[in-house]
Amino acid sequence: MATEILMPALSPTMEEGTLAKWLVKEGDTVSSGDILAEIETDKATMEFEAVDEGTIGKILVAEGTEGVKVNQPIAVLLEEGEDASAADAAPSAAPAEAEKPADGAPKPDTGATAPAQAKKADERPAPEPRAASAAPEWPEGTEMKSMTVREALNSAIAEEMERDENVFIMGEEVAEYQGAYKITQGLLDKFGAKRVIDTPITEHGFAGIGVGAAFGGLKPIVEFMTWNFAMQAIDQIINSAAKTLYMSGGQMGCPIVFRGPNGAAARVAAQHSQDYAAWYASVPGLKVVQPYHAADAKGLLKSAIRDPNPVVFLENEILYGRSFEVPVIEDFTVPLGKARVAREGSEVTIVSWGIGMSHTMEAVAELEKQGVDVEVIDLRSLRPLDYDAILASVKKTNRLVTVEEGWPRASMSNHISAYVMENAFDWLDAPVINVTGKDVPMPYAANLERLALVTPEEVIDAVNKVTYRS
Amino acid sequence: MATRKRAAKPNVSAEELMHYYKEMLLIRRFEEKAGQLYGMGLIGGFCHLYIGQEAVVVGLEAVAEEGDNRITTYRDHGHMLACGMDPKGVMAELTGREGGYSKGKGGSMHMFSKEKRFYGGHGIVGANVPIGAGLALADQYLGNDRVTFTYFGDGAANQGQVYETYNMAELWDLPIIFVIENNQYAMGTSVKRATKGMTLRQRGEAFGIPGEEVDGMDVLAVKEAGQRAVENCRAGKGPYLLEVMTYRYRGHSMSDPAKYRTREEVQKMRDERDPIEHVRTMLLEGKHASEEDLKAIDKEVKDRVNDSAEFAKESPEPAVEELWTDIYAAELPQGEAI
Repeated sequence: MATEILMPALSPTMEEGTLAKWLVKEGDTVSSGDILAEIETDKATMEFEAVDEGTIGKILVAEGTEGVKVNQPIAVLLEEGEDASAADAAPSAAPAEAEKPADGAPKPDTGATAPAQAKKADERPAPEPRAASAAPEWPEGTEMKSMTVREALNSAIAEEMERDENVFIMGEEVAEYQGAYKITQGLLDKFGAKRVIDTPITEHGFAGIGVGAAFGGLKPIVEFMTWNFAMQAIDQIINSAAKTLYMSGGQMGCPIVFRGPNGAAARVAAQHSQDYAAWYASVPGLKVVQPYHAADAKGLLKSAIRDPNPVVFLENEILYGRSFEVPVIEDFTVPLGKARVAREGSEVTIVSWGIGMSHTMEAVAELEKQGVDVEVIDLRSLRPLDYDAILASVKKTNRLVTVEEGWPRASMSNHISAYVMENAFDWLDAPVINVTGKDVPMPYAANLERLALVTPEEVIDAVNKVTYRS
Repeated sequence: MATRKRAAKPNVSAEELMHYYKEMLLIRRFEEKAGQLYGMGLIGGFCHLYIGQEAVVVGLEAVAEEGDNRITTYRDHGHMLACGMDPKGVMAELTGREGGYSKGKGGSMHMFSKEKRFYGGHGIVGANVPIGAGLALADQYLGNDRVTFTYFGDGAANQGQVYETYNMAELWDLPIIFVIENNQYAMGTSVKRATKGMTLRQRGEAFGIPGEEVDGMDVLAVKEAGQRAVENCRAGKGPYLLEVMTYRYRGHSMSDPAKYRTREEVQKMRDERDPIEHVRTMLLEGKHASEEDLKAIDKEVKDRVNDSAEFAKESPEPAVEELWTDIYAAELPQGEAI
């Protein structure tokens, strides 16, 4: 049967074009791959090739014609044995297969073909606020042990490596050097070089190898000496690890933990001091965790290693050496996505996480003396984010201060403020204040560095403002 | 690439030749059809066709065994068909429909089949190379003798992470075959305008990775080189590199006017070095098949491709709910504010 050759779309945005030149004439025999015509698109002049073989029966659009719509018939192709009269018999209107994709799909009444539309944010189920409680997450009377955050992380990795032989750790200096920050101390002796792998200094490459190993059935822990260096690897973290489950229609996940110290340490200046919380927490497909104390560091890291998704685990160098009480419980885990009420209070809510909690707790000690009853929410996980816990607390205290060490622009704090405004506007008695690091690259000089970071005094000032005490 | 006379190799069976012919023809007809559907607006975005390069993937799939992995960049339709993925599912992914391998959510550049151990389909040039090494690391760790075919182009061969990967693959003896599909042009930039000094194969040698240059328009040459590569990897000797010299007939993507090379250059390759014509000639001259036999195969392949196109047009667009699924694995509430 004679078939129509249609005006092709030759770029993602082309709707019409100029048929600049015919390279064949009526009566010519063509086979697939032969160039039929030159077509000017919105971008360039393109050659248009034949797909089917046959004879050009009729040219329907003369060369030089402008504004030829995509899918308009431009010529008729005859099959072997057909004569020119068949050209007239070819359907004159664009055949069904030339319809736009949405129309080409089965009838709308099946309900499955409506154009995909984003669910609006307000169609999402509203969280049910739950009552805040600062009760510990372990049974009363549980034996406690003092541990540094470093020891807690180390024991979490060791326990998970014992539990699952497909868990392994790789990174710079993790094995023979015993860890640049000693998080992996002793692991090489315990588990051997197959499972504790020293890498060359090559973040982009080994992050990608980690992703591939996760695709291949292992559960890698990839240590970055600091998250600053992971900027070299961010393509693998986001494009390869976070997006693959979606891009594969759910076939292939990436169970991997990327971890290391994040944010400012002390006097290491601009290139070694960035806080990446807001960056990674903005990415669907990633889970993002930033613990403050040792029990959370341990429990969350164990959960992160078991999680079937890519987890960005943000630690803090200054916290590594701090000691906290950790429950002596076999296989102690903390679920991802659940905030912790660090202190119950009634007058104002402070939401913080990671090292921000350190500044917050210092401020709270002072505020207590001044008689201000502060509720403190330690988010722990930044994605999933425990919106319920934030809303419940704000609805109780009616005032909110956020404390974040990172930069103020496009920050986690901005996101939390927006969410609270949208979902608890009527409960707020004062504008939300974001206490953040300053909008500057981290300076080296000691005095400037102090100014660039969050201070407990700034937290106190913010609390005084939202409670109209200053 | 110089033209040279090629004769039927005596140690190739008729069945084998016939298989290569069919496989390569399937890729070519599929790609031509994809180009046509793109022209009709049924395929959107970017669409990178594999026409001209068919012998590369068909020759290497001939030496792959059950359990071996493959991964490539975004000129990936040929790789998927050659490893046995269903043309219907591939075409329906190109049209963005529910019946596609990624339920329409990945598109031409991002497609996967866990079942066929095809690990994508990656849109970022070079990013698939360390991932391939990671797959190889997993196999080494798990103690099996699988190999990972990691395909990339002459363009990707200038990405830093490729060399980071060479280093670690050789350092750790990973069972990975680096397949550089040197089709002479990285989008519009010819190899000689982008790559200084040694050949791409020699760059591997600088890391201690054995390799060879292969005629990528000759499926039998590709297969033979592939055999050596696979033996090397399965014997635990670490990575192997194949720089396969090939040629893409079409533009970089559908919207490439290809002004960086002459029409004559393309035509010459088509006339003198076409990988499908090569096998066709061997089949006919060796009296392994008649014109009639080949015509029947042509029809069979064409029907298969047309079926895939029909399927890809009729399969519905993904349900609206699919917007919010597959973001996280397991029990996480999907689509809520997280």
